[in-house]
Amino acid sequence: MSLRTPLRRVLGAGSAREGVHHWWLQRLTSVALVPLTVWFVVSILALPSLDHATVAGWLRGGTTALLLILLVLVATWHSQLGVRVVIEDYVPAPGARTVTLTLLTFAHALLAAAGVFAVLRVALGGPA
Amino acid sequence: MAEFRLPPNSRPVQGVTHRAPGARELRTFRIYRFNPDGGANPRVDTFEIDARSCGPMVLDALIQIKAAIDSSLTFRRSCREGICGSCAMNINGLNCLACTTSMHDVGAEIRIYPLPHMPVVKDLVTDLTNFYAQYASVKPWLQARTPAPPDHERLQSKEDQEKIDRPAACILCACCSTACPSYWWNSERYLGPAALLAAYRWIIDSRDEATGERLDELEDPFRLYRCHTIMNCTDVCPKDLNPARAITEIKKMLVERSG
Repeated sequence: MSLRTPLRRVLGAGSAREGVHHWWLQRLTSVALVPLTVWFVVSILALPSLDHATVAGWLRGGTTALLLILLVLVATWHSQLGVRVVIEDYVPAPGARTVTLTLLTFAHALLAAAGVFAVLRVALGGPA
Repeated sequence: MAEFRLPPNSRPVQGVTHRAPGARELRTFRIYRFNPDGGANPRVDTFEIDARSCGPMVLDALIQIKAAIDSSLTFRRSCREGICGSCAMNINGLNCLACTTSMHDVGAEIRIYPLPHMPVVKDLVTDLTNFYAQYASVKPWLQARTPAPPDHERLQSKEDQEKIDRPAACILCACCSTACPSYWWNSERYLGPAALLAAYRWIIDSRDEATGERLDELEDPFRLYRCHTIMNCTDVCPKDLNPARAITEIKKMLVERSG
């Protein structure tokens, strides 16, 4: 039996005055992903073959590399925003939640950097 | 983590069966029973009744069972016409009011449980303290700095009145909030569809002057943004209201105000 009033428990530490930005970015990134994903799938299907030389040649085009970098960044960003919501839903302990969210953000940053690096390396003609 | 199974002492066991030999129109009720005294697990009792011995609604049958078979059966009820919201319970897996749910519509076997994921006080009576506190937290009353005109009411156009007509018809039965998975996992911090619908009702009230403060109070990852438009709330509302739409409208207002 808690000695705090029910209203005290509901009000808690008050409103975070935050969330609209996150919600809006989630919508914005999903809208951006529609043309990017369609472009990616159509381009891959349109390639004459999927061997290494053909794909690497396709990637060396400036527009291709640019759009692919955008796809990698927007997709990881969108995923970070979405998985964050899942963690907030299902990990109630404040400490565990903070640790999980931190690891999650780091993992997504790593993914984004690795993706961009991979595209640049092929596009700028480094060792294949 | 979210809990997907009930704790061992909350899992219902098979209870007693009351037969109704010679019933002309047999209905079988499987009703969740829990007695806080004694520490026993909850059980599911079976009551057979002759549907012709009572009125047509599920609540009529519950009253019949309490009167004729087991007087210890405990449930809330008052108006028996869908306006007080007392008899909200889970009937065949859907939250609804027992008084407006016809036995004809739910089949010959009727499973009745308390509202999901709420602390049970006894049998079908749940503890709604937190639910009511959440309603109180959105300040469900008119807030205006301009004093009311001395000689008449605060006036409102017909169109503005129609906007609040539907949301104001909420009877706070808790069917919607307790049908929401997001509310199940985070009911301490997520306000739930009922409280958010009430907040929306005052946000769009043309006479209210606290719209900004109300939106400020709602803008929170947990209070508002736990809603993932699952829509169970709108699905089960016995008054055919649309809390999911109200929540989406609040989210849209917050975006419009920030950009």
